[in-house]
Amino acid sequence: MSGTEGLPLKRTALYDAHIGCGAKMVPFAGYEMPVQFPDGVMKEHLHTRAAAGLFDVSHMGQLYLHGTGAAAALEKLVPGEIQALAPGRMRYTQFTTETGGILDDLMVTKGDDKLFVVVNAACKAGDIELLRAGLPADIDIELLDDRALIALQGPSAAAVLSRFVSGVDTQPFMSSAAAEFNGVSCIVSRCGYTGEDGFEISVAADAAESIAEMLLAEAEVGPIGLGARDSLRLEAGLCLYGHDIDETTTPIEADLQWSIGKRRRTEGGFPGDAVICEQLASGAPRKRVGVKPEGRAPAREGTRITDMEGNAIGTVTSGGFGPTVQGPVSMGYLAQEHAAVGTPVLLEVRNKALPATVSGLPFTTQNYYRG
Amino acid sequence: MSETRFTEDHEWVRIVGDVATVGITEYAQEQLGDIVFVDLPEAGAEMAQGDEAAVIESVKAASDIYAPITGEVGEVNDSLDAEPAIVNQDAQGEGWLFTMSMSDTGELDNLMDADAYKAFVAKL
Repeated sequence: MSGTEGLPLKRTALYDAHIGCGAKMVPFAGYEMPVQFPDGVMKEHLHTRAAAGLFDVSHMGQLYLHGTGAAAALEKLVPGEIQALAPGRMRYTQFTTETGGILDDLMVTKGDDKLFVVVNAACKAGDIELLRAGLPADIDIELLDDRALIALQGPSAAAVLSRFVSGVDTQPFMSSAAAEFNGVSCIVSRCGYTGEDGFEISVAADAAESIAEMLLAEAEVGPIGLGARDSLRLEAGLCLYGHDIDETTTPIEADLQWSIGKRRRTEGGFPGDAVICEQLASGAPRKRVGVKPEGRAPAREGTRITDMEGNAIGTVTSGGFGPTVQGPVSMGYLAQEHAAVGTPVLLEVRNKALPATVSGLPFTTQNYYRG
Repeated sequence: MSETRFTEDHEWVRIVGDVATVGITEYAQEQLGDIVFVDLPEAGAEMAQGDEAAVIESVKAASDIYAPITGEVGEVNDSLDAEPAIVNQDAQGEGWLFTMSMSDTGELDNLMDADAYKAFVAKL
């Protein structure tokens, strides 16, 4: 998925701003990214849930698909309903394989005459190849490498952003609009990866630092690194590509069937449609679930999950400590017959069998804007 | 007589008589960040120098703690079960992890004294 090993690390437009905020930088998906700021992961996480956090997600791939048939053409690569999207509305979907696995997950926004697509940093080279090979010649792929992406997340995000961009406080969840931020044109989308209300602001790279600095100057806003981004999305029950979902997991196994539209279920017409529609009808052999350890020890990625007799029934795909939950939280795959919420299971952590319970996701209440 | 030695893995060991108290250094706790769980060894466990003795979990990751000397585990710091953050607050004091019996004082020669450790950290 990455293929970036050995290449020099890239920097986003906010690199200097991160250094100025005292970031600890780490390599991530080919970029030098802030993993944490001086406050540390715990405080950054809690600050985002209490007020607002600013995240640099400029490493993610942004692109436009131009052409009147773009929505229909993209549907040949993803199971999501794209054609029926109203202008300005966005949808979460996946690029699937012929066997129903997931090549990447992505956000698609319907523009008046184009689609705006955001993909994962580690997958973007592969995604672009997939689009070039899979879209007809009259669909033009425009890579937006010169744009930064800034996420502002948390219960104060709307109030803060309203001071700069009018109307965002009543912008619907999962919608996107062209806007001006201090005279700079940008795309403001109401979405995120934390389980909180929030926005993603796509803006020309050379204007990103001044926008980030204006937002960070607001009392409610603090800079947040990748460490807290991961613990926030884990508590929110959101998948991390390459960990919770990959080519070996189907959207149904991953409990993402909500992202597949009714028409797509009936008509198919996307890679892996036979497998995915069969699993929709008869159930998948395994399912992504939350797993809540009873004690204090976190159960991280790769931890074996067993039934109470010690028989292997699944694996943890993401796990750690949830600062808002104030305890360990994990998610992973369990054989369908063991996946019911409330089922007691054991986690094999350092040769100990730790008691845990299958839990619903998310672990924390979703605070999305519902109008 | 009391002396404190340090490992390249950022453990400290303080020797008082024939009892060695083990913990992680201030530098290590700062690198780990918010500590959320400490998996301590069983009292009575036999360890050789360099064996995996404990695990410290921060929000970010799990880190192995190695026995700085060979010996038998005596006491473990049970107060860390409820309050693992004590290691962040006072890594080289109240945040000690466990004690060991000292069997071979010669092993201390493999470890750094405070000045050598300070110089070692300064180069990281």
